[in-house]
Amino acid sequence: MIVNFNVNGESRVANVAGSESLLQVLREELGLPGSKNACEQGECGSCSVVLDGAVVTSCLVMAADCEGSEIATVEGIGSERELHAVQQALVDHGAVQCGFCTPGFVVTAAHLFEENPHPGTDEIKEALSGNICRCTGYGAILRSLEALAEETT
Amino acid sequence: MEINRPTTLSEALEARAREPGASLLAGGTDLMVEVNFGHRRPDHVIALRRIDELAEVDGNRIGAGVTWARLEKSDHRALAQLARTVGSPQIRAAGTIGGNIGTSSPAGDGLPWLAAVDAEIEVASKDRGVRKLLWSDFFTGVKRNALAPDEVIVAAVIPESIPQNQEFAKIGQRSAMVISTVSACVVRDDDGTVRVALGSVAPTPVRARRAEALIAENPAPTESVLAEFARTVSEEVSPITDHRSTESYRRHASGVLARRLLERCLAK
Amino acid sequence: MTTSPTTRTRIRGGVGESPQRPDAIPKVTGNFAYASDLHADGMLWAATLRSPYARARITKLDTAPALTVGGVVAVITQQDVPGRRGFGMHVPDQPVLADGECNYWGEPIAVVAASDLETAKRGVAAIVIEYEVLEPLTDMEEADAADSQTRRMKVRRGDSEATGAVVVEGYYEVGQQDQAPLGNEAGLAIPDGEGGVDLYAVSQWVHSDHWQIYPCLDLEPEQVRCHPVGMGGAFGSREDVSMHIHLCMLALRTGRPVKMSFDRAESFVAHVHRHPARMWYRHEADTDGKLVKVQARLILDGGAYESSSNAVIGNAGYFAVGPYLCDNVFVDAVAVKTNNPPAGAMRGFGGVQTAFGHEAQMDRLADELGIDRLEMRRRNALGHGDPMSSSGQIIEGSLPTAQLIDELATMPLPEPLASDDPRHLPGGTGLTTERGQVRRGVGYGVTIKNLAFSEGFDDYSDARIAISSVGVEVYTAAAEVGQGMVTIIQQLVRDVLQMEQVAVVWSDTSVIGSAGSTSASRQTQMTGGATYQCAVELRQQILDEFAGDDLSTEGVWRDGDLIATLAEVCSGGMCEHEIRYRHPETFPTDENSQGNAHPAFAAAAHRAVVDVDPELGLVRVVQLDTVQDVGKILNPVAAVGQIEGGTLQGVGMAVLEELVVDKGVIKNPNFTDYLLPTFLDAPHVEVRFVEEPERWGPLGAKGIGEPPTISAGPAVAAAIRDATGRDLHRVPILPQHIAGV
Repeated sequence: MIVNFNVNGESRVANVAGSESLLQVLREELGLPGSKNACEQGECGSCSVVLDGAVVTSCLVMAADCEGSEIATVEGIGSERELHAVQQALVDHGAVQCGFCTPGFVVTAAHLFEENPHPGTDEIKEALSGNICRCTGYGAILRSLEALAEETT
Repeated sequence: MEINRPTTLSEALEARAREPGASLLAGGTDLMVEVNFGHRRPDHVIALRRIDELAEVDGNRIGAGVTWARLEKSDHRALAQLARTVGSPQIRAAGTIGGNIGTSSPAGDGLPWLAAVDAEIEVASKDRGVRKLLWSDFFTGVKRNALAPDEVIVAAVIPESIPQNQEFAKIGQRSAMVISTVSACVVRDDDGTVRVALGSVAPTPVRARRAEALIAENPAPTESVLAEFARTVSEEVSPITDHRSTESYRRHASGVLARRLLERCLAK
Repeated sequence: MTTSPTTRTRIRGGVGESPQRPDAIPKVTGNFAYASDLHADGMLWAATLRSPYARARITKLDTAPALTVGGVVAVITQQDVPGRRGFGMHVPDQPVLADGECNYWGEPIAVVAASDLETAKRGVAAIVIEYEVLEPLTDMEEADAADSQTRRMKVRRGDSEATGAVVVEGYYEVGQQDQAPLGNEAGLAIPDGEGGVDLYAVSQWVHSDHWQIYPCLDLEPEQVRCHPVGMGGAFGSREDVSMHIHLCMLALRTGRPVKMSFDRAESFVAHVHRHPARMWYRHEADTDGKLVKVQARLILDGGAYESSSNAVIGNAGYFAVGPYLCDNVFVDAVAVKTNNPPAGAMRGFGGVQTAFGHEAQMDRLADELGIDRLEMRRRNALGHGDPMSSSGQIIEGSLPTAQLIDELATMPLPEPLASDDPRHLPGGTGLTTERGQVRRGVGYGVTIKNLAFSEGFDDYSDARIAISSVGVEVYTAAAEVGQGMVTIIQQLVRDVLQMEQVAVVWSDTSVIGSAGSTSASRQTQMTGGATYQCAVELRQQILDEFAGDDLSTEGVWRDGDLIATLAEVCSGGMCEHEIRYRHPETFPTDENSQGNAHPAFAAAAHRAVVDVDPELGLVRVVQLDTVQDVGKILNPVAAVGQIEGGTLQGVGMAVLEELVVDKGVIKNPNFTDYLLPTFLDAPHVEVRFVEEPERWGPLGAKGIGEPPTISAGPAVAAAIRDATGRDLHRVPILPQHIAGV
């Protein structure tokens, strides 16, 4: 079935076979592999995207239910030449190791900062408690986002 | 696979009548796990998230399509408390109370509260119209309920008389994103009577009726009554041992949690 | 002669700095290609039929029906293996595909290649298979009694009659942890059209894969090329071959590229896990707290195949006492074979298990003697020049155990619990616990790990460096699994050559020799050592050629004058150099495990502070302060990242993570029930370093990957015991253990 939606500001058309997830369609159909598949249960946050204004795990979104939706993926958050402030903070503080969780953290944290530019430590932790990182112990991620939260704009 | 994406309840009921047994898709946080793991391959899906009337909160009537993220700000104190413990922020942004009711998992985070406040589950079908079932008539077993194949869950309706002196707590092994091993909700009325409900300790949410009766007789419980209250709660649940916890821990923790919540209610 | 410029460019990103990782920006933008992102035109997808039983005989296997499924291109079984029928890191005891019998739940039996993954799965479902189900051997003590083992090791050192004034005995159990890297296993095999194959699959050691793969394919070594790929973590789970041979067989069979990408459930069964353990300890000490004798019996369950059990049980035996002096040590250690999921390498392998035992024993001795628990460790601390308590090997390199303990003692404790925010309380936002219901505990873990490969293994790393006028290229096959090897190599080479543009070229098995495994905390020392040494030698060659006294981005200098530009230097053809780097020789030990088995050691120390709700058994790990023995810090940010990450894996093992295995079947192969620590479970970690250079490796740096994982868990366990007064002998410590119900 044909599903029309908007991804990162562009109208896209996906040919959806059945009940597959938005994650699968992004990765395998639309050439957007930045969202990562790590658990397919919504338990790790690696596939986080913004769907109609809310951060959700795209593995638990049925692609067929995305007709008319607005979707933002990590590919739309910033580019290599123009990083989003969250991306820059993660890079600057050594918060990237294997990086598999990183796109999910970028999407979730960017949304957090959009809603609240100066989150406190506990707010950062709770907002990112759906994103699992196995490498860093979260220390550098926390430091990077705390530093960003302290920046006054 | 076919999908209907109705924008009104009547369209949804129409679709459901045409395709009884079609999979109902709300936030997707339960259904899609089953799809991803190959446990379910729906032929027909009715997607509910475009139906505004399901997403309304009107005082004590909570639409089935209301997300946990919204319920974190609910005026119902225990509902807001439990909403914050559902899955992760991403799950709370997508998942709905109606989905929780429909899945009817023993560990459903919303269920002990629905039981404690004696909620009615409002369901509707094209042919038979609206039915309201008391929670205890709706939840019939592990992931089983009284929803007919042509029905859709519309709302949870809370009795107007429910007091706001209510407390919820949930035990999970980690600090976030965790399925409850025991959850509990206690509601205390001005006359001192209490309603005590527990989750993850039986096939359906359960009320600890004997423990409630004990407090009805002792509205200002002494230490020994409180201890007996905890013991009674532990006796009234029927948990199992599985890979998440043990029967004996769940029994023990049911009593401890219920007592702590009662004490919090009493302290107000 | 060239005379300008006259000043040398000061380079950035050398040793001691924390330069940006070259892969950081691709990773934050989602552009970094992981194995699961690989794609080739015309590629097929493959899916695997796996055993639903822990032990069974295959009585019927008919793959023909799978081939009738539209889109299915090929099916392979063990009958199709062209060469050697088995593989394995140490011995090739694991059949490529089940060979008439299944020895663990999830063992691969057949693999189907098809136009897409869904079709491949339908092909798998169409295979007709029947089993005779057999009773699995799943209890490690029963396996030991039945002599089903991969390695039995005994340590006999000193006087068995020696006695101490105080004796403590304890029994300890360690559950099965999984590496659970965020990226699942994935790979792509591409046939070269000439009978050979190129494999791009997750690996911590492409050469080890290569050595295992080509004999099974019955090909010449050069016909199989294993390429490094982007990986979402490893922690030991990518050391063994999983899908690799299957992919190559299918690519060669079909003549098309074939991809596999496991989901989480399949990943949990397809890679090896940490060995679960049962341990019995008896410690004797004199009244001053000095260890007099340690006796231990250790059983580790290696599951169905050997994998790296040989090395794991070796470590368990050698490090059964921990970083402590003791003259009389008697250990019986065995890795058993069962029908449980295969166990192999995981961060800290062997040492992690025994650390829970020896550290609990040290606390009990201290309590018995009335000595402060940290002081107890201080009095027994093993250091440079001392004999290892197990093997008697003299510690020739650095081992500042005592300094670590002294430094740890100076670190300030966190403030008492003063918050009522549920995020600061056990149970978190579950609102289970109020401040008055919390008890605080403090615990210590001091541990030791061998660095790099031991017991006479020919451990080396090959590296090649080429300088051109546009920059430096470093060729290595060392696996970058996320730890930051790539940055360390750049920093070391920049420092030596004084050139900023350094590119690490990840090279396949046909381009460069082995770098050895990214495991055993070895790459900073081994491949860091290789690239550093290679750069030093290359620099010297160039200086010799031009009779110069210094080298930089500009070229060769003599007495402050630039005498040859880099372009001139490179036109001569001597700007390439390759070396094989080895650590000091080690040897197999004798029948009593005596001898020089290890090239280097690192100690680690943690202090855990926990808040516990004893009635409900809920724990919040508040803070984990640590002092690490790092030799020399090359990159402070990367080092802290490794230590914080390793620490949290130790926390996970202490209180959350366990594969629940029932009769050989994993009950929780998913992230809903295999609980990794979340952001809200992560304690604050304060890291300090002790820099006492190692005798080998680049600038005295030591591997730091494993030690923090080893000491963190025992510290947390000790802190929970301290808070509750309960004798908790099993990890992970679960709520029901603490609540005592």
